[in-house]
Amino acid sequence: MKEILSGNEAIARGAFEAGVKVASAYPGTPSTEILENIVNYKEIDASWAPNEKVALEVAIGASFGGGRSIACMKHVGVNVAADPLFTLSYTGVGGGLVLVVADDPEMHSSQDEQDSRNYARFAKVPMLEPADSQECKDFTRLAFEISEQFDTPVMLRSCTRISHGKSIVELGEPATGLPTPKLVKNPAKLVMLPGNARVRHPFVEERLLKLADYGRTAAVNRVEMRDTELGIVTAGVSYQYVREVFPNASVLKLGMVYPLPMDLIREFASKVTKLIVVEELDAFIEDQVKAAGISVTGKEAIPLCGELTPGRLRAAFGIPGAPQVTVENLPGRPPNMCPGCPHRGVFFTLNQLKAYVTGDIGCYTLGFMPPLNAMDTCVCMGASISSASGIVRVLSDEEKKKVVAVIGDSTFLHTGVNSLMEMAYNKAPATVVILDNRITAMTGRQDNPASGWTLMDDSTNAVDLVQLCTALGIRHVRVVDPLDLDQTRAALQEEMNRPEPSVIITNRPCVLVKREGVFQKGLVLSVDQDHCTGCKACLKIGCPAIEWIPAPDGKKGKAKIDPLLCNGCDVCRQLCKFNAIGRAQ
Amino acid sequence: MSDTITNILLVGVGGQGILLASEILSEAFMLAGFDVKKSEIHGMSQRGGSVVSHVRYGKEVHSPIVPEGEGDILFGFELMETYRYLPLLRKGGTVVANDLRISPPSVLLGQASYPDDLPDRIRALFPDFLLVDGQHLAAEAGNVRAANTVLLGAVAKQLDIPDECWHKALERMVPPKALDVNRKAFQLGRAL
Ligand code: SF4
Ligand code: SF4
Repeated sequence: MKEILSGNEAIARGAFEAGVKVASAYPGTPSTEILENIVNYKEIDASWAPNEKVALEVAIGASFGGGRSIACMKHVGVNVAADPLFTLSYTGVGGGLVLVVADDPEMHSSQDEQDSRNYARFAKVPMLEPADSQECKDFTRLAFEISEQFDTPVMLRSCTRISHGKSIVELGEPATGLPTPKLVKNPAKLVMLPGNARVRHPFVEERLLKLADYGRTAAVNRVEMRDTELGIVTAGVSYQYVREVFPNASVLKLGMVYPLPMDLIREFASKVTKLIVVEELDAFIEDQVKAAGISVTGKEAIPLCGELTPGRLRAAFGIPGAPQVTVENLPGRPPNMCPGCPHRGVFFTLNQLKAYVTGDIGCYTLGFMPPLNAMDTCVCMGASISSASGIVRVLSDEEKKKVVAVIGDSTFLHTGVNSLMEMAYNKAPATVVILDNRITAMTGRQDNPASGWTLMDDSTNAVDLVQLCTALGIRHVRVVDPLDLDQTRAALQEEMNRPEPSVIITNRPCVLVKREGVFQKGLVLSVDQDHCTGCKACLKIGCPAIEWIPAPDGKKGKAKIDPLLCNGCDVCRQLCKFNAIGRAQ
Repeated sequence: MSDTITNILLVGVGGQGILLASEILSEAFMLAGFDVKKSEIHGMSQRGGSVVSHVRYGKEVHSPIVPEGEGDILFGFELMETYRYLPLLRKGGTVVANDLRISPPSVLLGQASYPDDLPDRIRALFPDFLLVDGQHLAAEAGNVRAANTVLLGAVAKQLDIPDECWHKALERMVPPKALDVNRKAFQLGRAL
């Protein structure tokens, strides 16, 4: 049977066909849909973890018990999971273990552009890289076989264009005859004390040599001989661009990008006149090929930043592309928080109070956009709280009061909780706002340990954030309604003035949460055109439902609310001094 | 089957249902026996930002994204976004767009204006430009939200895909209770 699947759907299918028992992940674009699709296979125990390190550790446990397991994350998630990954490389596996990492060249939805292939090399584990959805499925199955054959975790690297690209996949039958999981005691292999680890390191080095040898003949690395004038070494989505731009060139398509099959590359190089490496981001393959003494061109021509496209590849090698029309500049269309988003009132207030806001990763990062302009830093998940804790240590008492950290519920549970522990412990006098919208919104509404639901959609324990913060040692924890601007402002002012760490938790769910609405449907607001003076106060919250309509003479105008977009949060009404905003008739 | 690849771009604003429309297209091409690839961006851009989805079909498709300047058909869900992505089209390509304006933040705030001559600007570059009153026709079909399917019908007219493939694709991708309205919307678009 054939189906059109995205790379992420195909990885999920591959996990099912491979007989995976346990899957764990933290959502992160572009990797999120893998678990969301795995959940359709009832044979697999799939769950969200609070962060990527925990997700990998859950998979490690399942593997040690003899079950095949998979952990999925985006590139920056591997930074969080790196600690267990490196030691897992030493212990090896029980049941096969695959770590899927989805990179985001061009940073469509990420804070940096790191190339995860470096992690495979750093942790000394093999990495496979599929070039379309069929390979996503096939390589996932293969990764489990390699994992068990070589006693190693295997990384499977995707990128945005593979994860979210769709192509046709031939479905297969699930694997049979896998061993039943059971407890096996083997402390010499699984307890990584120095004495045991020293024994395992040579094993890891030898394993890499064996894997490179495997890659020399395995079908996962494929030579396609065509014209021998030009030979191209490539992998992943870059392979597709190469086929598009250089249809006649000979190609060595690598399915295993680490360790590299250097003998195979050398052999291929000897058969072609000119050799180039085409790869996105780092010169990962190129540097190793050069170090092996093979002369090759690559990053002199191909940019190190951003994703590759057929056009960029053409430009790199001076191949003329199709002529393009030019268009005049238009106003940009950046993403924006939704109409009725519960975060909007908080950022509006922070802006009014001239707070210095240390931000974090999530929908609310958009609070930095005009007209809210209420975010001053954003580094990585959890860093809002720790950087607030750090910055107050260098400021005067007056300036200290301005520092406010904002963090979402999911991000708080991801790593923010550790940061808050530090803040409480060291008594850093900053204010933390936990924007609790009861969901991981940015990646598409995934549940988390505070939402009360599991990935399987079963109701479960919900973390009590007030009690948690209190238990960490924060003495001043309060809950506010972020749609009530006066209440929000009063709470913020009071806590910012307090020379002690404090936490404000907002209590309105994301407008996209299906289980509970912020408001009843149908409560749409409108602007009474007779009362609107054109003061523009309501525009300051930047709600996409409110539009400024200039008057025909170009002098004054009036605000207008789009009834199809308004979610009735009532925040704009509180801003209008002339009572021009009210419930629509 | 010839070796040519047909490149289709669907553009608009996050949240307009571009994903579903490109999914129906891809399904129809697969059912018609072609190789298909499709690509778009999720995450941040879904929150009301500018989005573009690439669908390519033919005997064998490599790149999942349409090479710059090689688009055959641009399928616009919103006027400003339609104009923005014209450089992806080849000369003489086809443009079909919904007559809909959605203001971006700078326009909402009164700092920029939404150009009112976009249909003319598009027509100047692509004379065969087809402007569709999607909202209106969708209402006629029974639901304003089926404007996407009206456009899909209008695009289907330009493509040589057997009718039954379109119908089967609609059946597979559209939820059962919305199917009748969508079928009707598709026909209205096709009849344009
Ligand atoms: S998805 Fe939810 S949290 Fe994100 S901007 Fe919209 S309402 Fe706010
Ligand atoms: S009530 Fe006002 S601020 Fe809230 S969604 Fe409607 S228009 Fe936007």
